[in-house]
Amino acid sequence: MPRAWVFGDDLDTDQMVPGRYAPFMVGQDKFHTYAFCDARPGFAKEVRPGDIMVGGENFGCGSSREYAVAALKKLGVGAVVAKSFARIFFRNCINLGIPAIESADAVEIVRDGDDVTLDVAAGVLRAPRGAAAVRPMAPFAQEILSAGGVVAYLRAHGDFPRV
Amino acid sequence: MSRTLAEVIISRVSGRDVRAGDLVIVPISRVMVHDSVIDAVIGGLRELGRERVWDTSKVCVFVDHAAPAPTPVVADSHRVLREWVREQQIPTFYDAGEGVCHQIMVEEGYCEPGTVIVGSDSHSNSYGAVGAFGAGMGATDVAVALALGRTWLRVPESIKVDFTGRLRRGITMKDAIMRVVREIGTDGARYACVEFHGVGDLPQGDRITLAGMTTEMGAKAGIVVGTPESPAWLRPDPDARYLREVTIDLETLEPQIAVPPRVDQVVDISAAIGQPVDIVFLGSCTNGRLVDMQQAARVLRGRRIAPHVRLEVVPSSRRQYDLAMQDGTMQILSAAGAVIGSSGCGPCLGRTGGVLAAQEICLSTANRNYKGRMGSPDASIYIGSPYVAAVAALTGVIDDPRPYLEATDDEFDALVARRRGERPERGAASSRSGDRSRELVMASARSGPAAEIDD
Repeated sequence: MPRAWVFGDDLDTDQMVPGRYAPFMVGQDKFHTYAFCDARPGFAKEVRPGDIMVGGENFGCGSSREYAVAALKKLGVGAVVAKSFARIFFRNCINLGIPAIESADAVEIVRDGDDVTLDVAAGVLRAPRGAAAVRPMAPFAQEILSAGGVVAYLRAHGDFPRV
Repeated sequence: MSRTLAEVIISRVSGRDVRAGDLVIVPISRVMVHDSVIDAVIGGLRELGRERVWDTSKVCVFVDHAAPAPTPVVADSHRVLREWVREQQIPTFYDAGEGVCHQIMVEEGYCEPGTVIVGSDSHSNSYGAVGAFGAGMGATDVAVALALGRTWLRVPESIKVDFTGRLRRGITMKDAIMRVVREIGTDGARYACVEFHGVGDLPQGDRITLAGMTTEMGAKAGIVVGTPESPAWLRPDPDARYLREVTIDLETLEPQIAVPPRVDQVVDISAAIGQPVDIVFLGSCTNGRLVDMQQAARVLRGRRIAPHVRLEVVPSSRRQYDLAMQDGTMQILSAAGAVIGSSGCGPCLGRTGGVLAAQEICLSTANRNYKGRMGSPDASIYIGSPYVAAVAALTGVIDDPRPYLEATDDEFDALVARRRGERPERGAASSRSGDRSRELVMASARSGPAAEIDD
């Protein structure tokens, strides 16, 4: 079962992958192994494909570095559920095919290490202490996500989804 | 019509009357790409199956984020970038040493007012300095923009920031924007456009400082109203509707200090006086221009920086570097003991040119003080104006620059001697000694809003 990794408010992309471990500093094959190396040592080794990250307000603020999201993608993170997202991080998640889903109460209900299941269709994130409601994503974002990201979408359709 | 400036711009470029909240696909007048994301951008284009960018004349490429290359891996990435620029025949290319992308984009006229520009860097908001809607995006968004010449946007709500009065001596627009960040917070302008009123006639550099730092409030864009570059139609309607309105009185503004590790933990300088520093960084797209170096030189002229303190000066572009050489500013800074770096991002993002060791305390004129931003995660970064930076380099502590600017030579020397004398011993063995950030964080939480706010 997916495990929840819980973070607080204003988690910035410098915490996800510090600038000194950017792909072009350490190589394309290694940067993801430094994910949260300062802020949450052990994360990159212990996270399993499908795990869910849960956060508070303004998740992913700061630098526009897409490699922060690329690192999560490489590590297999299944979704990010937060009270709110920083705008560039949100775009990067959609573009790379990681659902970025808003939930007002997930961060209150879910504890770090909980076994959780995310049911996007039903709009809930289930955890041992209860179920958190998650907001449905905009159809535009959903279409891109279901294609696996914006690159895959554009390859298949040649243009953006209709607005 | 009651449209904000963002609504005016996006309506015009998208060819339909749009309002905040509408999702639109818009044409882009320019795409800015820089070195630290180039691999992902090229990879994205390849995955998209696009061999060529949509219009080579609308692409600007820069090597500035880790330049000149600090390691062989970076050097190799720069090599790939140069080959790509040649192969694509992109005429607008600025290599290492030419300067920070944002400074060049604005000062060399690549930002057309009233258009949408996509940049691969979060501080692409800077283009609002001349009335452009500049939005920072990630590498894949940039690759898509390069392939299609279009991007998707949700039309943002806007926050109106009105400046009244005139700055007093020793206070800068850096202090003004830090006062705004203090008011609005790191996510107070999330997804929004910050519209600046009352400062359209300021020098271009001051406007870059304002627009660029809207990123630190989570903004999608930051635009200065009524700049000399803006055509007459480029203005918000008088009855535009704003999410929030904030008024900052420049007349009563104090020098501001951001306390690590948050940009919105801002205090009046009186709360931070005496905070020791090990290293001072004067530079970045926020404060690396001639005027910033001149302000520092005004304090440092004919003097040496404090023992055990380092000063790193990194001009924001070659043009600014040359101007500072021509008028003697650079000579003053060098004679004072500064390390002068080649134009670019310098140590702002911790990759090159004098990064921070664990336990070191830095006073930076840049825009971010996150943990680990400039090197070790165990370093601390305070942010302030160029005047504050110069005084910190001279005395080894944070101090109010105003008395120094008013003092006679004798008074000045006495001020410096006193502050140097009071500075606590610091060094490798003094684990975090003297870092008051914890205490100051409490102070910033207690100090309520001091400016007039219309919410």
